[in-house]
Amino acid sequence: MYPSNYRYTKEHEWIEAKDGAGTIGITDYAQHELGDVVFVELPKVGAKFDAGKSFGTVESVKAVSEIYCPVSVEITETNAKLADSPETINSDPHNAGWLIKVKLAKPDELKSLMDSAAYQAYIDEKEKEASA
Amino acid sequence: MRYLPKSPSERQEMLAAIGVRSADELFSSIPEQFRLKRKLDLPPALSEMEIIDYFRARAAENSRGYTSFLGAGVYNHHRSVVVDTILLRGEFLTSYTPYQAEISQGTLQAIFEFQTMMCQLTGMDVANASMWDGSTALAEAALMADRLTDRRRVVIARSVHPEYRQVLATYAKNLGMEIVEVGWTSRGQADLATIRELVHDDTSCVVVQSPNFFGVIEPTAEIAQIAHAKDALSVVGIAEPVSLAAINPPADADIVAMEAQGLGLPPSYGGPFAGVIATRDKFVRQLPGRLAGQTTDKEGRRGFVLTLATREQHIRREKATSNICTNQALCALAVTVQLTLLGKEGLKEMAQQNLSKAQFAAAELAKIPGVKLSFTGPTFNEFAIELPRSVKIVNQSLLREKIIGPLPLGQFYPELTKHGLVCVTETISRAEIERFAASLKKALAEPL
Repeated sequence: MYPSNYRYTKEHEWIEAKDGAGTIGITDYAQHELGDVVFVELPKVGAKFDAGKSFGTVESVKAVSEIYCPVSVEITETNAKLADSPETINSDPHNAGWLIKVKLAKPDELKSLMDSAAYQAYIDEKEKEASA
Repeated sequence: MRYLPKSPSERQEMLAAIGVRSADELFSSIPEQFRLKRKLDLPPALSEMEIIDYFRARAAENSRGYTSFLGAGVYNHHRSVVVDTILLRGEFLTSYTPYQAEISQGTLQAIFEFQTMMCQLTGMDVANASMWDGSTALAEAALMADRLTDRRRVVIARSVHPEYRQVLATYAKNLGMEIVEVGWTSRGQADLATIRELVHDDTSCVVVQSPNFFGVIEPTAEIAQIAHAKDALSVVGIAEPVSLAAINPPADADIVAMEAQGLGLPPSYGGPFAGVIATRDKFVRQLPGRLAGQTTDKEGRRGFVLTLATREQHIRREKATSNICTNQALCALAVTVQLTLLGKEGLKEMAQQNLSKAQFAAAELAKIPGVKLSFTGPTFNEFAIELPRSVKIVNQSLLREKIIGPLPLGQFYPELTKHGLVCVTETISRAEIERFAASLKKALAEPL
């Protein structure tokens, strides 16, 4: 379910990073919780964000949620296709539904994020709490 | 539901439940010296008979039989009696924000029709329903431009209503926004050369009003062009909505902020009015205020709902586009009824009468020795005149003739002390205009 080469945050973002560059999106769990995504607000190319800072919003039929930067980055590209088809985030959150491509400012920060097994355990725990 | 306040025993129960002995104890955190020790200084309660007498006496103080040439953001237009008849229907008068579409179709449809009419008038794609008034609409339009461009500097013409500019200054004060003002030319229009100088890469928007505070129509297309050249937005304020039936809407603007009072709401001591912001589809997510949208129910029938509510504070909290909430829906309804009654041709006819009567008045007044038009730019139903002496003194003489004369401009613009603003709507007859001209001539002939 959750790609093993990605890293994950407690706020349900993923990052796929390689050689100081990365791609960031929201997880399948996040898209499921949000429901149908109708709009995505993304930053400008060149903008810089520290780890943990909000870089945009995802709007679904029931809420608007902030999306947070897993690590410190500079934006190199945003997913232009989401303007016309934001529902891609629901249908393919881990691939075609990516949000931003970035240059990593501090690649070491990746180490503090969860791997796929840890993230799976984290959401299993959340779901157990929710059903309890 | 009982509307009676709590009984003493209920109070005791509530106090016991939270563990305090008296209501005073709830205020113990307020230091002694700041507590009010005496009773509030209020008059004693009146009986129903006394209340009726009181209000009859106040109503009798209203001026009657006067002809007013005041405008300056509030316009006296004819309102059909049908407007108030519809407004007073309980279904509209007492209805709350129509969150529940299932029980609010009438209100929602009226709001949707209001928005549609505002779009037709302004030439914009989408209009909200609504803002408090024209001044807060203008201020929020500037805030919207600030968010859309992520720039902090507003360039605004001094020919925008002075009170609108004050409201903007208040809104902007703690938001780190900078406001730069632009003067006017001999035409009474915003000085384009200065705008060109002041608009930079850090400018969020250029704000003008058209017709402006002096009644002069601004070259909004050229102003929008200057703004767009620096990727700034063009914001146009409209204080007299009837003008839109006689002059072109500001088609090149990005945001139109309008006071809708002139379309069905009485001057009524300054309110309540209804503000509107209209804009382009692409900016809708930064639009403040309510939006009703058209949709279909599960059986495919047309219906209406509040839409894009994720911009609003009850969903988005501190990140909302605005703190505007339950708004001027009843006032917006008055506008919708008035416009429906007038129809397209009726509104055009009304606007044409304003234009003709104001032009006639301007010509008559300019014939008086010592009186001249302040500006040479094109006007709608309002224009400024320069007198050979203080407008306030002249107005004292006019009042004796039961004429409420020009608004002295000196109170807003120190450089315009002998200038006054004259408004002539369709409610003023030709005979009254002629009487005004004759009285002004007489007043100016009086020794000082």
